[in-house]
Amino acid sequence: MSVPRALPLLALCIAAPLRAAEPPPLREGPGREVTQTNCAVCHSVEYIPMNAPAMDRVGWQKSVQKMRERFGAPLSEADAQVVLDYLSVNYAGKGG
Amino acid sequence: MLTRRQMLLGAAGGWLTRRSMAQAPAETLESLPGKAQLIRRAGRPPNYETPLAGLVPAFTANRDFFVRYHLAVIPELDPRTWSLEIGGASARRPYRISLTQLRRDFEPAELTAVNQCSGNRRGLFAPRVPGVQWGNGAMGNARWRGARLRDVLHRADLAPEALEVWCDGADGPVIPTTPDFVKSLPLERALDESTLIAYEMNGAPLPHLNGAPARLVVPGWTGTYWMKHLTQLRVEPTACESFWMKSAYRVPAGAFKGSRFASQDNPDTVPITDILVNSLITSHVDGARVRADAGESLAGKAWDNGAGIDVVEYSVDGRRSWRAAQLGRDLGRFGWREFAVSLRDVPRGAVEVAVRARSRDGSQQPEKLTVNPAGYHDNRVQSVRLEIA
Ligand code: HEC
Repeated sequence: MSVPRALPLLALCIAAPLRAAEPPPLREGPGREVTQTNCAVCHSVEYIPMNAPAMDRVGWQKSVQKMRERFGAPLSEADAQVVLDYLSVNYAGKGG
Repeated sequence: MLTRRQMLLGAAGGWLTRRSMAQAPAETLESLPGKAQLIRRAGRPPNYETPLAGLVPAFTANRDFFVRYHLAVIPELDPRTWSLEIGGASARRPYRISLTQLRRDFEPAELTAVNQCSGNRRGLFAPRVPGVQWGNGAMGNARWRGARLRDVLHRADLAPEALEVWCDGADGPVIPTTPDFVKSLPLERALDESTLIAYEMNGAPLPHLNGAPARLVVPGWTGTYWMKHLTQLRVEPTACESFWMKSAYRVPAGAFKGSRFASQDNPDTVPITDILVNSLITSHVDGARVRADAGESLAGKAWDNGAGIDVVEYSVDGRRSWRAAQLGRDLGRFGWREFAVSLRDVPRGAVEVAVRARSRDGSQQPEKLTVNPAGYHDNRVQSVRLEIA
């Protein structure tokens, strides 16, 4: 489906007819709010814990870059850094 | 893998998680409208897999069938107003068709086929790779009924230079900067007699979360081509440039056996196409206790790209020697094949039973994983450890 450019974000979110329970909150830590706000726009934040076992800092760096460049995540450079630091501390489970 | 205990916990309806076997991800059971309790991988967009118990029947029930979306805006389409547009630069007579017309104007075709997500078993990869961390349940076997895509396309009078059919569904991204989920098929696959626009699944209308009111069924190819909520088919003389063709759903060139999709090839990577020969033990989980004289069988399913299952073998001596399992009814070459091994024929004590399938095209399940960045095609031989008394 092609999405009309001007459609407000909120209306689109409501259009998704789903009754899934809220996922568990992200771990406490510096950067959690910025991550929660920016990484729950297109999908639930559970994509983060789900992928933790596959991730180290380099993995998260690539992932955040993919979200911005391929999927158009509207994240400022500064916020992207905060998110990357938060994910690297809290959700880097690769090899562990 | 799901245990009976989890099923019971899940049935109690709470938000329950548990770490299962060391390498498997945490599992939460949840029921969406029209669906039984499925293993939740993500709530938005909905990504839910079928628990092992749901893969036991010969046909996977609609309410148990896995759910897979990339993009979170999923309109519920009204079958009375839905229509499908057939057009594109290589369609000389573009047209639009309603569901009633689709059912009435084209001879219905019916077939049994396995729908398996490209990323099924990604969560079992070592080393782990990013993506939805599926276990064994991003797959199912169903009876599909619909119009042949071939018949629908021919009515649009295709031009000789037609190369691909670009397919779009009604689901879309939350914000417009995310690429819409658009996929293409090579013309020869689109014109294959087994490729359908299905409106029924196991004798009932498609469930909303499996693509109502109509979806593509591309037997033998992985689920990524089975476009749900189908709204548009474009016959084009050029290769589709969608992100989901050019960047996603690709495997290293030469790494796997599969149909060519030449217009989408590049030197390093090619699109994923055929399902690889594979099997799953559905009767027992690792660590199960069995009484040899209880008449139990070890059972499961084997499937491939439609070449057809030749033989399923089992080993009880550490994969040194193999014997043929019994095969069940042939459900058609794209369906899975049930197999069974009488546990009377298995030595007592702690036994590891491994199972491997071979296709009529000669390919066989491997011992080793072919590691690839997106985590596709895990068809390694699996086994369960049993305690046989
Ligand atoms: C503009 C939309 C958008 C935003 C914002 C977004 N993502 Fe994603 N993300 C996607 C899409 C689309 C997918 C693919 C989903 C699928 O296939 O199930 C995805 C998938 C993922 C995956 C799975 C691996 C993969 O590459 O498919 C991870 C991990 C992820 N996102 C993390 C994040 C993080 C961390 C943020 C916050 C910086 C974020 N996402 C923000 C759109 C977005």
